[in-house]
This record gives sequence, structure tokens and C-alpha cells, in this order.
Amino acid sequence: MSESAGPRGSSGSPGATIALENLSKRYPGGAGPSVDDVTLEIRAGETVVLVGPSGCGKSTTLKMINRLIEPSGGRIRIDGEDVTGIDPVKLRRNVGYAIQSSGLFPHMTVAQNIALVPRMLGWPRTRIRERVEEMLDLVGLDPREFHDRYPRRLSGGQQQRVGVARALAADPPVLLMDEPFGAVDPITRDHLQDELLRLQHELRRTIVFVTHDFDEAIKLADRIVVLRERSRIAQFDTPEAILTHPADDFVSEFVGAGAALKRLHLTRVRDVGITECPTVSVDDPLPYVCDRLHGSGRDEILLLDRRGRPRRWLRRGDLTRDGGSLDRAGTPVTDTVTRDATLRDALEAVLTDGSGRVAVTGRHGEYAGVVDVETLMRSVHTLLEADRARTRPEREAVGEGWPA
Amino acid sequence: MSFWEYLAGRHQQLLTDAWQHAGAVLQCVVVATVLGVLIAIATYRSAWAGSLATTATATLLTVPSLAMIGLLIPVVGLGVPPTVIALTLYGLLPVVRNAIVGLRGVDPALVDAAKGIGMSRPARLLRVELPLAWPPILTGIRVSTQMLMGIAAIAAYASGPGLGNEIFRGIASLGSANALNQVLAGTLGIVLLALLFDAGYVLVGRLTIPRGIRV
Repeated sequence: MSESAGPRGSSGSPGATIALENLSKRYPGGAGPSVDDVTLEIRAGETVVLVGPSGCGKSTTLKMINRLIEPSGGRIRIDGEDVTGIDPVKLRRNVGYAIQSSGLFPHMTVAQNIALVPRMLGWPRTRIRERVEEMLDLVGLDPREFHDRYPRRLSGGQQQRVGVARALAADPPVLLMDEPFGAVDPITRDHLQDELLRLQHELRRTIVFVTHDFDEAIKLADRIVVLRERSRIAQFDTPEAILTHPADDFVSEFVGAGAALKRLHLTRVRDVGITECPTVSVDDPLPYVCDRLHGSGRDEILLLDRRGRPRRWLRRGDLTRDGGSLDRAGTPVTDTVTRDATLRDALEAVLTDGSGRVAVTGRHGEYAGVVDVETLMRSVHTLLEADRARTRPEREAVGEGWPA
Repeated sequence: MSFWEYLAGRHQQLLTDAWQHAGAVLQCVVVATVLGVLIAIATYRSAWAGSLATTATATLLTVPSLAMIGLLIPVVGLGVPPTVIALTLYGLLPVVRNAIVGLRGVDPALVDAAKGIGMSRPARLLRVELPLAWPPILTGIRVSTQMLMGIAAIAAYASGPGLGNEIFRGIASLGSANALNQVLAGTLGIVLLALLFDAGYVLVGRLTIPRGIRV
């Protein structure tokens, strides 16, 4: 099989378009269809999130795209090609698939799990080895450390990263994700979401993502499909539009309280401007640290560890008080955000810490900058002003749709 | 003649019997494993077929071994054939039952994932389901082996091979000088073989169960 087995979009994105045409699924003996006549156009390279109450058929709809569930009517086109009739095994090798609780095979090492699809596609051995390293690096896991580990020796978040690496290993134009972050704790989930945003920023695949968590949908989606029972589309639009103009009561009820606050999910830390903060390394001599702290004109200086990751905040006076040891001086860094974190996460981190700033980190946890509460509030202001300017002529109409 | 003197005098014959005993059991276990796993693969996905397979093999086990061999002799004759057939049939149940339980115990989410990344049905079975079901299957094989060790002694009744000959000779000449020694030598030989095989299985488990799912 050729390397670029997958269909490619003509739009320049490595993703593919997906079209669902009158797709439906009827189970024998079921009262009605569980998916009823879904028609949906997904553009190449966009992230579309299917969201809806449990049992609404969103997962069934997703599984029909790679034909884990065979549709009883309608067709699916990927990049214009009708895939409703082709060999499902072949189809699935070109469509990445990541599921809840990672689905890693426990009897295979991390590397073997990631190599599965490239091996089935008959890639040469050396290329597979390089690809595995590349994928581990891509999802932020050190290849040397994780290559030969078995899944049970990974944390939930690490397993999920490997699951995503496996799904992307053969470079599929389409990635299907079925509640992939449903089984991890909220903090890890936040980090995984940030990670996915960063990945997608680099890769521009077409991602179809299923969740019942509307906040997750707002955070990840370019466009959201809100589904009601039987997978009927209640609204298909950008997160912004769904938050400000919910199509009907069902949607606004589903959006839930605090729609205004949820819009903080729409802006990313990378958009609000990251400021610099003086930093020193743990290896720097103490006098140099003192000089930096006093010469910077700031109250605080950030201590980085040997790999450049934020470790402690040092204030004036901390160094003399704790006997001059860099290991114990100041306060430890408890939370960091990535550039892809949302404004809401950043605000949360800033408020939790209590000192009005949080360190921003890059792909491997290394220091990238700082955001402070003033920057965040400024962008909230901008958001509100833009809003006021836009909605003034139609305030009445919008007012109705907003939850009480 | 003491037991030790008996062993020293007859060790050549005893070793030959033990060798044949072990060989017969091992070969029958291999055949029973292959058949048993195939039966399990054919039936585990249907509740109905699975319980039919388990019940059928369990019923076979309730036939007394002496009767089974006695029934086989008119059909296949004396010697090796009735022994191999009877042992294989008895060996099926533990393998079939454990293989069905093992294959059914594989997390459906993993099977779903295997399908989702484009594994064909044979690939799913060979690379995911069977490796994950292997520990219980191996336990089944182990139980089966231990059972067959004892049952194989009956094979001597049909002029089959093995340590059973020693036991039957002893029983036939009860009261004579060596009767007890013969029965004892045959029985202890079987126990010893069973223990050796069991140790062998521990080693096989170490070598064949992937580290990621070893308990």
C-alpha cells in the first residue's frame, strides 16, 4: 500500500472533508430509528464536536463514519469518495480512532501499540521505528522513558496520550474521538484538551469528537453540532454563535447556566498576550539570583529547574529568610497553563494561586512566559465591548434566547 | 524385597513406562488444546453455542474412564488408539471452558478499539483476543494435564502404554511378593510426573504470558 493511502483534501489542509448524507440507523426491534436522517458537511481540517444528552445517538453517528456500526440508510463520503460500500477494514486504517479509557492493548508495549496501524499498512521497519519516536514526542512523552513501558504502568492521562498517538500514527486525514477524555480526572482532562488543541494547531486534521460535556465542546470545537434525541441536529454552528444565539430552548437549556462565562472558553492564552518575567535557573549561584531579583524592578522572579520548567516563585526577602537555599525558598509553582489553555482555565489558575499570575509553559513543560490577572481582565473587557457593539441592534432577539 | 531394591532392579522398565506415560499425556494435551481452543473460538460469541460446548465436554467427563476405554476397544481395537482418543476427549473440558471464559472476558472496549483501528477478524483474534485470553487457557491446559496423568493409568486396561501397566500388574498379582511395590512404583511415578509437568507449566507461563498482563 502506498504511503499516502488516505484521500487528501484539495484545500491545502492534510485533513479530508466528511459528508454525511441522510444517514440513519435502525436496530431491529427498536421502537424508532436511533439515528434519524442526519445530513452534515464537515470541512477539511476543522474540529467538529458532536454534543448532546446521553442516548441521543451521537456515538452511534460517529461509529457509522468508520462503519463500526453499519448505517441502515444514507451514505458517507470522505473527500467526495463514497465509503459506504468499501471494505471497512481498509477504511478504518485511514481513519484514526481514539476512545474512552484509551483502548490500549495491555499485552503490548507503548511502542507496539503505536506501531500497530503502520505495521498493518506494511511500512518498512525503520520508518515505523522513527514514526513511533516522532509520535511519542508529538504527544509530549519522552520516547526513551516510555517506549518499552506497558500500558498498566502509565497514568490515565499518559495512556490517553498514547491512545491519541496510536490513532494518528499512520497519518490519517480524519480522526474520530469518542469521549476520549471521559474517564480521566478534571485536571488531567484540561491538560489533554490543551494538548489536543496544540496538536490540531500543528496537524490540521479533520477531527470529529463526541462528548456530553458542553464546556469541552466549546473549548475544542471549530464548530459544534448540538444533537437532540435520535441524533437530530438542533444547531450546527460555531461555539460563539451557539453561546450568543442558541437556536431554540433545547439548545439554550443544554448550554446551561453561565453562557456568558462560558465564552471565556473561546479565547486562548496565546491570543491575550503573554508577558515576560525574569527567570533564574536552579544552577545559578545565589548572588546572581539576588542581583537578578533586585535588578529586575519586579517583586518576583521565577526559578526554573534544569529542564527549564517553572519550579518556585521567589520574592524579595525569601532568599534571606530560608537560609539562602534555592530548594526551599519562596513558594512552589502549583499550577501552570499552556498557550492553548482557555481564558477560563487561566483565570481559574490565577485566582486559585492568589497572587494574580500564572506561568505559561510550552510543549514539554518548559517556561514560556506569564499571564497576569490584568491582562486577563483587559481581554474580558474587549470581549464585552465587541459584544455590545455587535448585539445592540438585535438585543431583543438575543435576550429571549439567553437562559434566565 | 524392599521398595528401593525393587526400584533398583526394575528401573529400566519403570523409566520406559514413565517416558511413554508422559509422552502419551503430552501428545493428548496438545491435541486437546488445539481442538479445545478451536471449539471455543467457534462458539464463544454465542451464548447458546458456548454453553452447548461446555455442557457437551462436561458430559464426556462424566463417563467413567474404564467404561470409555471399554466402549472404544470394539471400535478402534487395543493399544494406543483407544488411549489417545479417551485422553483427548477427557482433556477437552478444562481447555474449552477456560478458553470460552477467557475469550469472553476480553474487555469489549479493546475489541472495539482493535476493530476501530482496522484490524481484520483473524488479526483481532490472533493479536488481541487470544493473547489476552492466554493466561486462563494455560490454566485450563494445566488442569487438563493433571487430570490426564491419572486417567492415563487406565490405558493399561486396553494394553495401552504407561505406568498404568505397573499398577495393573500389581493389582492382578495381589498377595505376591512384589504386588505392593508395583502398585506403589506406578502411583508414585505418576505423582512425580504430574509435579514435573506442573513445574514445566510455570516456566511456560513465564515465557509466554506477556509482561504487561502478568499478575
